[in-house]
Amino acid sequence: MLSTTANKEAVENFSEQLEVKGRSLWDDARRRFFNNRAALTSLVILGFITLFVFAGPMLSQFAFDEVDWGAMHAAPSVASGHFFGTDSLGRDLFVRTAMGGRISLMVGVMGALVAVLIGTLYGATAGFVGGRTDRVMMRTLEILYSFPFMFFVILLVTFFGRNILLIFIAIGAVSWLDMARIVRGQTLSIKGKEFVEAATVYGVSKWAMITRHIVPNVLGIVAVYATLLVPQMILFESFLSFLGLGVQEPMTSWGSLLNEGAQTMEIALWQLIVPAVFMVTTLFCFNFIGDGLRDALDPKDR
Amino acid sequence: MTLLNVKDLRVEFTTPEGAVTAVNNLNFSLNAGETLGIVGESGSGKTQTVFSMMGLLAKNGIVSGSAKFKGQEILGLPERELNKIRAEKIAMIFQDPMTSLNPYMKVGNQLAEVLVKHKGMSKKEALAEAVRMLDAVKIPEAQKRLNMYPHEFSGGMRQRVMIAMALLCSPELLIADEPTTALDVTVQAQILALLNELKRDFNTAIIMITHDLGVVAGACDKVLVMYAGRTMEYGSADDIFYRPTHPYSEGLLKAIPRLDSVGEELPTIPGNPPNLLSLPAGCPFQERCHWVQDRCRQEAPALHNFDAERLRACHADANQILEAS
Amino acid sequence: MLRFIAKRVLEAIPTLFILITVSFFLMRFAPGNPFSAEIAMTPEVMANIEAKYGFDKPVHEQYFSYLGGLLQGDLGPSFKYKDFTVNELVAQAFPVSLKIGLLAFIVAVTFGVTFGTIAALRQNTWLDYTIMTGAMAGVVIPSFVLAPLLVLIFAIGLDWLPAGGWHNGATPYVVLPVIGMSLYYIASISRIMRGSMIEVLNANFIRTAKSKGLSTPYIIVRHALRPAILPVLSYLGPALVGIITGSVVIETIFGLPGIGQLFVNGALNRDYSMVLGLTILVGALTITFNAIVDILYAVVDPKIRYA
Repeated sequence: MLSTTANKEAVENFSEQLEVKGRSLWDDARRRFFNNRAALTSLVILGFITLFVFAGPMLSQFAFDEVDWGAMHAAPSVASGHFFGTDSLGRDLFVRTAMGGRISLMVGVMGALVAVLIGTLYGATAGFVGGRTDRVMMRTLEILYSFPFMFFVILLVTFFGRNILLIFIAIGAVSWLDMARIVRGQTLSIKGKEFVEAATVYGVSKWAMITRHIVPNVLGIVAVYATLLVPQMILFESFLSFLGLGVQEPMTSWGSLLNEGAQTMEIALWQLIVPAVFMVTTLFCFNFIGDGLRDALDPKDR
Repeated sequence: MTLLNVKDLRVEFTTPEGAVTAVNNLNFSLNAGETLGIVGESGSGKTQTVFSMMGLLAKNGIVSGSAKFKGQEILGLPERELNKIRAEKIAMIFQDPMTSLNPYMKVGNQLAEVLVKHKGMSKKEALAEAVRMLDAVKIPEAQKRLNMYPHEFSGGMRQRVMIAMALLCSPELLIADEPTTALDVTVQAQILALLNELKRDFNTAIIMITHDLGVVAGACDKVLVMYAGRTMEYGSADDIFYRPTHPYSEGLLKAIPRLDSVGEELPTIPGNPPNLLSLPAGCPFQERCHWVQDRCRQEAPALHNFDAERLRACHADANQILEAS
Repeated sequence: MLRFIAKRVLEAIPTLFILITVSFFLMRFAPGNPFSAEIAMTPEVMANIEAKYGFDKPVHEQYFSYLGGLLQGDLGPSFKYKDFTVNELVAQAFPVSLKIGLLAFIVAVTFGVTFGTIAALRQNTWLDYTIMTGAMAGVVIPSFVLAPLLVLIFAIGLDWLPAGGWHNGATPYVVLPVIGMSLYYIASISRIMRGSMIEVLNANFIRTAKSKGLSTPYIIVRHALRPAILPVLSYLGPALVGIITGSVVIETIFGLPGIGQLFVNGALNRDYSMVLGLTILVGALTITFNAIVDILYAVVDPKIRYA
């Protein structure tokens, strides 16, 4: 018979081996992801869009709120310097699309981050603590699930005024529910695994358990859902902006550009098409990357 | 009379990693009322053998060779023709009674639809017949159970339902794919006894797939021992059970727990079945065989007669193996 | 079964109560009030208005009187359209949204389930790829991009259908809004249905059904459809919420006088009682519908019923 300390050592060694195995799992995932052409192409395109959004304004002689009185509703042209044309006030669409993209992407990423943070903490706590706490937390979640959230966000915007920070928080704060559910499910299933039970029996500390077993195992699924959340967040913001409840003039986002474009599409189609193409492409890219990540991390799900 | 005659049966699967031969040139035949046991570890191709005959292979599965049921070729039949044989002539019981019944349908309807389809009965007649059959497989209060869903049955009871379902049209051949594996030991014995009884009463031929040679001894007339998709040994149940001439059969036999050997460690076959994607040259069993010789690593042993009605595929001398055991 | 329904209905009540309470107090604690935006008023006029809407009373009294009103189905006076109550405005607008929403819902479920099933049965053929590419596009392209494009093509370009307006719900005026609203849900339901159908078709009990000599169409209808449709059922709750929410955009684009437009105008005009009332109304609808979906689910899935 081994002594208890030796046992504990053996278990730690065993779990370390598991981690090594875990790392090769990540290698596998990376290989699978890079074999996925749709996801890889999306990643590249998204890179270009990001580059455009941040560097684009520098390539133009116009500022995003600068009115070109001589060129209202001007069609796209390289000669005039309005590469994507102008809007009804004569503002340059090339620059405005880039500026709007900054806002849309930022809201998307920040919103997703807020949602992931809240969702992961909530879900992991519920799953790890379990028992009564878990029941209460899950019941709360169920109640929140039946809230008509878009209406709720508009309600918030009505009461507290339009404010980009509020939009970040409001969007993120109402989108964490799925995340919480998923993380809780994962945490529970990992908690039930034999190797974690064995580690508990041999007195591996709770902290070590969380950092070494639960977190790495939940990370994959969190990454996937975070990627899929970003396009949802972008849509959410565009939706608000489209209704005139999002960012305020002269600042813009893809949603507000689309709103303006929809009103003038009969006389100036490019005002609708340009932001639409950028936004839809971005949404496609995020979705493909998300799907690619999921397939890479969970190949049996194909 | 020969009921089923299988010749050069071969099942391949195309996978992203290459073609896998799950069943490799299998030959056997079965007479009416006879029971054949197909024995081997998981992954040895037993299940795919019978799936190929029933047209149940996965989409990437390709079958070749011949399987004649009462003279009619049943491999590659179009679905319409196959459906006239399924359940009516050849019925099947699956390994896992928990998932093999539709959880969203009442048991009565699952039984009745077979008779409605094949015998043209009305729903009412079919349900009445279903009750009789549930009685026959000893399910108490059969009438009441018609309106229940599978999850309201225990595992053993579900397997009885499966057996009842398979026997509804009095098929001439019953294929039982590990019918007892998912069940408790006591229930296993009951199900096996039931199958033996039914075989006697209905004179049904049975193909019994199992990894447990103990099951074979009690129930089968002939035994086919499979490994990595190939026949290792084929003969009467008595011969193979009492006088195995193949190291693999021998290993399987020794791995059966016995009441008279309490306290001794149960012998096992060392190692695992080979990866079908990269089979070694020569005999597939070489890595785990304690009779292994140089020849086994180069040349796969051909199936040859040992005595009148026994076939074996092994380079080692049969008599030596017999003496040693 | 009855017990399950009763339990589910009882569970819905506290949810609704929390929604009402949270929304109400958010409104009361919001900075400013709905009238501060209007032209400068003398303190006396302000006090008068506040008295009229009961703002001079303590918050908890306002809350209970609002709750009391709700219990009698009274959403209070509109802060913006001073001659109307919220009830009157909603009564005019609701049938419009109901018609569009209901039609979109029916279209979405019918086509979604059909397309999803076809794609699953023809898995990895050109038909499957076509449907799934379409579905991917449908999921990604937002309704506020799609709807203007529909108008551009079918109203302005081809001149087949009117670009907007309601005209008492005459058929031509309904077609484009319903399409614009349902495409996303057709796409999502197709995706869900395809996935679950493929999973069910790989289930052991389908193999059993095949071994019983049943024909493929019979197996699909009798054995596979019921379990395959369960995930779609659980999606119907969120789908309905989405359709109600989406009505906000669609009604804006097509100029339909429904509750969506009422809501947006309420939000833009800071018509607190309107926004609050509509949030509660939509919340009540959502919660009721979720309860109905759960009960429906239990009807289809025997395992839930007896649990």
